[in-house]
Amino acid sequence: MNLRRDVFQAIADPTRRAILLLVASQSMTAGAIASNFDTARPTVSKHLQILTECELLQQEQNGREVYYHFNAKKMKEVADFIEPFRKMWDDRFNTLEAVMKKYKPKK
Amino acid sequence: MEQKTKVAAEKGKQEIVITREFDLPLELLFKAYEEPELVEQWMGTKVVKLENRIHGGYRFETSHNGTVVFSANGTIHEFIPNKKITRTFEMENSPFPVQLEYLEFEKLTDERSKLTMHIVFKSVAFRNQLLQMPFAQGINMAHNRLQEIAKKQIIQQ
Repeated sequence: MNLRRDVFQAIADPTRRAILLLVASQSMTAGAIASNFDTARPTVSKHLQILTECELLQQEQNGREVYYHFNAKKMKEVADFIEPFRKMWDDRFNTLEAVMKKYKPKK
Repeated sequence: MEQKTKVAAEKGKQEIVITREFDLPLELLFKAYEEPELVEQWMGTKVVKLENRIHGGYRFETSHNGTVVFSANGTIHEFIPNKKITRTFEMENSPFPVQLEYLEFEKLTDERSKLTMHIVFKSVAFRNQLLQMPFAQGINMAHNRLQEIAKKQIIQQ
C-alpha cells in the first residue's frame, strides 16, 4: 500500500514528470538528465532516486556509466489503474473547498 | 508534496476508499453535500433532485450543448448531518451496476475536517473497469503523453 502511494507521489511532482518524459525517449545517464534542468544536480539525483525506488525508472550498468531507463510497464500499471480516478476526485474536492471558502450562509 | 486526496484500491477487493482532508470546518464540508446549489457548483452537474432523508433520493444530470451527456441517481439510506450519508449511486445508460457509498464526515480541528468515502462495487471486475474509465477532466498533458509513450513501449516489447 505504501509503495503504491509513493508511485503517485512520484508522478505528482512536475520535475519528476519531466524527467520521466525525457528518459522515456532514450536511456540516459544522471549527468545527461541533470544537464536538461536548471535545478541543482543533487536535487535531480534525489528525484532519480525516488523514481528508481518506485520502479518508474530502472538503472542499467553500461561499462562505467549507469544509465536510467523508463519502466513503461510500471507507468502503465499506475497511470491506467488509479491516478486519473484520483485526480478527478482531487479536482472535485479542490473545487468544493474553493466554493465553500467563499460561501456565505443565507440568513 | 503530500497528496490531499487519497485513493486506496486493494488488489482483488471490490471496494475503494477515497479520503480527503479539507481546509474547512466540518459544518461547511457537510453543507457542500447538503445544498443542491452547492453540489452543482463543485460536482459540475445539474441537481435535478436531492432529498436528504432516509428513503429519499437524488438525481444528477450533466448537459453539454443542450444534450444530456451524463445522468446518475441513487437512494439515500442514511442521512445524519455532519456525520454520515449512506446512499446508492447508479450511472444511467451505462453497463455499470449500482454501487453502494458510505460517506463519513469527521471534525479534525475547528478549521479542518475529513471525508472518507467508501464505495462498494458489485464485483472486482466492475470496480477495476470503473477505475480505468478515461476521466478526461484534469489530467494534465504530460500525464497523457506519458501514458501514450507507455502504451507504445508495451506494444514494442
